[in-house]
Amino acid sequence: MADCHADSVATLPAPGPGEVHHVVAIIGPPNAGKSTLFNRLTGMRQKVANFPGVTVEHHLGKVRLESGRELHAIDLPGIYSLEPRTDDERVTHDVLLGKMPGLTKPDAVLLVLDSTNLGRHLMLAAPVLSLGLPTLVILNMSDDLSRRGGSLDVAALSAQLGAPVAMTSAKTGEGFEKVLQFLSGTSSAGRVKPMMQLPVLQNVPSCRKWATDVGAKGRYRAPAPPIWTRRLDDIFLHKVWGPVIFAMVVIAVFQAIFSWATPLMDGVSAAIEASGAWLGTQISNPLLKSLVVDGIWSGVGSVLVFLPQILLLFFFIGILEDSGYLARAAMIADRTMSRVGLQGKSFIPLLSAYACAVPAIMATRTIENKRDRIATILIAPFMTCSARLPVYALIINAFIPDRPLVGVFLSTRTAMMLGLYILGFLAAVLTARLLKSTILKSGRSAFMLEMPPYRWPTAQSIGLRLLDRAKVFLQRAGTVILAIAIVLWVLANLPLNNGNPPEIAQSIAGSIGHFVEPVIRPLGFNWKIGIGLITSLAAREVIVGTLGTIYGIEGTSSEVGLQQALQSDLTLGGAVALLIFFAFAMQCMSTSAVVRRETGSWKWPAIQFAYMTIFAYASAFLANKIVTALWS
Amino acid sequence: MQTSVNKNLTHLKRGESGVLDRIELPEADARRLMELGFLPGHSITPAHSAPFGGDPRVFRVDGSEIALRSETAQHLILRP
Repeated sequence: MADCHADSVATLPAPGPGEVHHVVAIIGPPNAGKSTLFNRLTGMRQKVANFPGVTVEHHLGKVRLESGRELHAIDLPGIYSLEPRTDDERVTHDVLLGKMPGLTKPDAVLLVLDSTNLGRHLMLAAPVLSLGLPTLVILNMSDDLSRRGGSLDVAALSAQLGAPVAMTSAKTGEGFEKVLQFLSGTSSAGRVKPMMQLPVLQNVPSCRKWATDVGAKGRYRAPAPPIWTRRLDDIFLHKVWGPVIFAMVVIAVFQAIFSWATPLMDGVSAAIEASGAWLGTQISNPLLKSLVVDGIWSGVGSVLVFLPQILLLFFFIGILEDSGYLARAAMIADRTMSRVGLQGKSFIPLLSAYACAVPAIMATRTIENKRDRIATILIAPFMTCSARLPVYALIINAFIPDRPLVGVFLSTRTAMMLGLYILGFLAAVLTARLLKSTILKSGRSAFMLEMPPYRWPTAQSIGLRLLDRAKVFLQRAGTVILAIAIVLWVLANLPLNNGNPPEIAQSIAGSIGHFVEPVIRPLGFNWKIGIGLITSLAAREVIVGTLGTIYGIEGTSSEVGLQQALQSDLTLGGAVALLIFFAFAMQCMSTSAVVRRETGSWKWPAIQFAYMTIFAYASAFLANKIVTALWS
Repeated sequence: MQTSVNKNLTHLKRGESGVLDRIELPEADARRLMELGFLPGHSITPAHSAPFGGDPRVFRVDGSEIALRSETAQHLILRP
């Protein structure tokens, strides 16, 4: 409960002797521009998006002030109030009260509000100022406000609130010096008592009334409605054009990642091959040369090839999110999603799952209904994540001839790829239906989705996001995939036969492959694929490197060589079964770990793993039988 | 029990607006709706609706645009 004695301290005092670093919390409602401000302050990469509640975890960064002093900044999830009802609000609430394990109570707060919607956003100031922490109220999007004819009196508003106020545009950097002044503790304002008492009873109506009064005394003039947003919504939410544009956007994204990415991928592939060949000439010891070139270089390289494709996908998702279109897409998709018992808010996580299930599962925190959330988490790995692309690309390129189907728009290979995407989606839908009518049955929760104004995505925001993704991907390539490549090389080259590596069939890896062969034989897989299936339990794309190593050891090393090797080793039935198996199986340690973290027990990841493995095995078995019966 | 005496949000036609009287929903949902601007006394104007049946629908309220399904909107009762 608030009391009116909670004065705010105007600036953040310098730390006393012995104190290490000050911690500044950045909070505000969704879409106020917190993340953009955080990026500007810290220069560190962090996901920023124009969709309510996309920042589900707090992000840490360092701010270096002019004096050379360093501060720690935390970017917290967007919230509408401090009542800890959703997970997002709980995180923010706990951090602000110093209850978050491992984080000290913040020394100051940057409260970021959207100045174009001040009446509503100022509501959050009441509970935040009541905390009594030094707080800077940042009225963001000042450029939007003035362009749309709105205005306010910063000094008057500051006096009413008893806290310093800064008008900023996180996008252009306008007003930014006031934020830095506050953080340096050099702002001229002293400790003041608010002219407007904070509401005693902090329920929504009284906070809203307080916000109106403060706004009126701060001479706030609300801006005109966003004309361009309304004009664009007339098109994007049009009864006919809306769904047409929606479908076109989805198709364009897919076509881009599958066709336009090819030259980039070929370039990376050529670079890896050339550098590998050069590396080979530098090493004289044949065993060491084999480890470096065949084991590490081709193992890690075969996965690196897919970096351009993954970045292209994240580029498109970034633009859709930051522009505000994704909220419209969620609205268009809501009716379809509700048919399988889910809701439009599940659409965003599920679309992100096309890139990677890990951020998708973290993004489900915005779904307030627990059962809807768990259902979304459980089906997310069915969506075709980018780790499946290397496997799909390899098999499709090896077994499906490239012919145009619908002019330049759709070729056989793109169609096949699209088919696999649809298959994953259908499996997700089927599973969602199953879950929502059995163990996760729930009453339909109220669906509320804010439509943010359309905004130009900034190069900085998209760039930071891509940098972030590239870093995560390269980290994985440099750790998990590197380790597996080395272990696999060792297993494939031991036991030594008179000081020479054995034939792959006689190696330890070969023995393991032969051991599992009876189980996978009905799917049309031989023992070599078996080794790949085992290593890909860690991460799907690992199978490409594994097969590269296995076949590389037998004499071929290039991508084309791998395709040729597979053609002679797999029937068409086996190839289709392998695609189907990868579409449905849960082969990703990182996803299981994040599901465990988000659901709080091993129960859900265990159910998910068992269900998906059985589903994948049965479907691959059927696919092998059907294709073999039809084409032989 | 019917609330046929008073109109609810779903009865608003395009271009028409109404003033919210009360929200007949559980506390948690009502509170979130109020935080989004659906407060008694506020004026609400419907805008675009989703294709294929018009559900959900966007409502303009308190400077924001919020999409609601009709199953939710029918519990937001307007002043007569």
